[in-house]
Amino acid sequence: MTRLDARGLAVDLGRKPVLGGIDLAFEAGSLTVVVGPNGAGKTTLIRALAGLLKPRQGAVRLDGRALSDLSGHERARSIAYLPQSATLAWPLPVAGVAALGRLPHGETPDALTLEGREAVRTALHAVGLEGFETRPATDLSGGERARVLLARALATQAPVLLVDEPVAALDPRHQLIVLDILRAKARSGATVVAIMHDLTLAARHADRIVLLEGGRIRAEGPPETVLTEAHLAESFGIAAHVTHQDGRLTVTPDRPLP
Amino acid sequence: MLRSTKPLILGLLALAGGLALASLMLGPAPLSPGLALKALVTDQGSASVVVREIRLPRTLLALLIGWTFGLTGAALQGLLRNPLADTSVFGASQAAAFGAVSVLYFGLVGALSWALPAAAIGGALLSIGLVVAVAGRSTTVVVLVLAGLAVGSLAGAATSLAISLSPNPFAVTEIVFWLLGSLEDRSLTHLWLAFPFCLLASGLLLACGPGLRALALGEETAASLGVNVPRLRFGIVLASALGTGAAVAVAGSIGFVGLVVPHLIRPLVGHDPARALVPAGLAGAALLLAADIAVRLIPTPAEVKIGVLTALIGVPFFLWIIARRKAELSETPA
Repeated sequence: MTRLDARGLAVDLGRKPVLGGIDLAFEAGSLTVVVGPNGAGKTTLIRALAGLLKPRQGAVRLDGRALSDLSGHERARSIAYLPQSATLAWPLPVAGVAALGRLPHGETPDALTLEGREAVRTALHAVGLEGFETRPATDLSGGERARVLLARALATQAPVLLVDEPVAALDPRHQLIVLDILRAKARSGATVVAIMHDLTLAARHADRIVLLEGGRIRAEGPPETVLTEAHLAESFGIAAHVTHQDGRLTVTPDRPLP
Repeated sequence: MLRSTKPLILGLLALAGGLALASLMLGPAPLSPGLALKALVTDQGSASVVVREIRLPRTLLALLIGWTFGLTGAALQGLLRNPLADTSVFGASQAAAFGAVSVLYFGLVGALSWALPAAAIGGALLSIGLVVAVAGRSTTVVVLVLAGLAVGSLAGAATSLAISLSPNPFAVTEIVFWLLGSLEDRSLTHLWLAFPFCLLASGLLLACGPGLRALALGEETAASLGVNVPRLRFGIVLASALGTGAAVAVAGSIGFVGLVVPHLIRPLVGHDPARALVPAGLAGAALLLAADIAVRLIPTPAEVKIGVLTALIGVPFFLWIIARRKAELSETPA
């Protein structure tokens, strides 16, 4: 069981303080969705959780060990990270891209171990891209390419998966597919953290919501306690209707508040 | 899952070997293959002098420099995720030539001193470092090429100025020597002067393979996969400068081999930058040696400079890549 926690975390970008006073613990087996207005520090938070930013104060710990004490490969084997609008520089084959997720295990795409091959196959199966293995990933549609990159993150088989806006540029069907994959990953015992802008999708799929605003945590907990009309007005500056139907939450943004 | 690169590597080795034999045979006094080999290992009078002292150093230098350029080009294109990256596009050869010229004319060291490659490496490091710093992170290809053009033009002008101000009556020939490289009349001493630096550069670049693979996904993802991106960038910049500087110090500036070779290799090995490294180096060695044989065979009163030939082939090739990839080059950041 892997536990990721941030204690007293403060992060600066350059000299600008972006995050402060962040105390969060992420338990294995749950999907946490981070929401917040643009510029709230969501990406900075997830990059700090991934160990890619050095905090000014506090630390991120993986099972009690500070990320800064881990070697690059150790960290990469434990935490898979999918950045926002990730790109692919070369027309590599789909299976070759997914196989890059095995690099932290010391495996290369042309020399995968049996375990590595199985991990790549499982990852491509999870994202529904079997049969695409030899196609150049750059020739695929946006939705397919996003799934290839997600497969790359899954192929690492890291106990922690951090994804930054995984559904932002996808059609509704692909959004639901990707969220199902993230939930399945969490059910299998992983710690999954995702940044999202679609509040209804977040409410319906997340086990827990973290609402970030101005670099601080405004609220956190189950979706129905965080995504309230009062919180949305205060943090996003919108008037929104939150309705509960059959235990499912729907957030309908109505108008911006003055 | 992926085809092995071994057959290709063996094929390229055979090609380079065949070209090396041809290179020992061909010249103003052609020799038969048998005699060329015999003259290399046993004393065959004047044939041995020609083969051992004139053609062997030239052949080995072409292989060494071609290998270094091919490897450097493949690594730089992988690092910057840009098919137009190469030391010749960054003005590194001109900057290295300026470094070498400066110590020759102001530092007053001999033409075969270690100070020469050291200064050339310094010049190359400055230009590559500058271009990668200006254009390396998230700017477009256009910025990269323009930055290289500016650095190269400045270094070229500075070299010409330094030479024209010198009291040397042969200044014009010297300008030609530094700005357009040649492998004519080189000795084994030249080879030994360049060899340690090229060896070091090769070691550094070959070690960068896994990092370059991860970089295909961008710097952020590469870092999350455990790659130390700043160290990778520094290693490749340093290695490129070592290789280019050493090559320019002994052969003058020979461009475009590193730019062209990765494009010839990719259809055979795919786009994975790490898989392209060794084949690109071997193809670079074969290509430069073939070019050096060609300049000996072209019937001109004085030998055509090899740097002229590689530029004549390389520049149209460069334009062809731009034309073919215009749409994607205008949008994608490097």
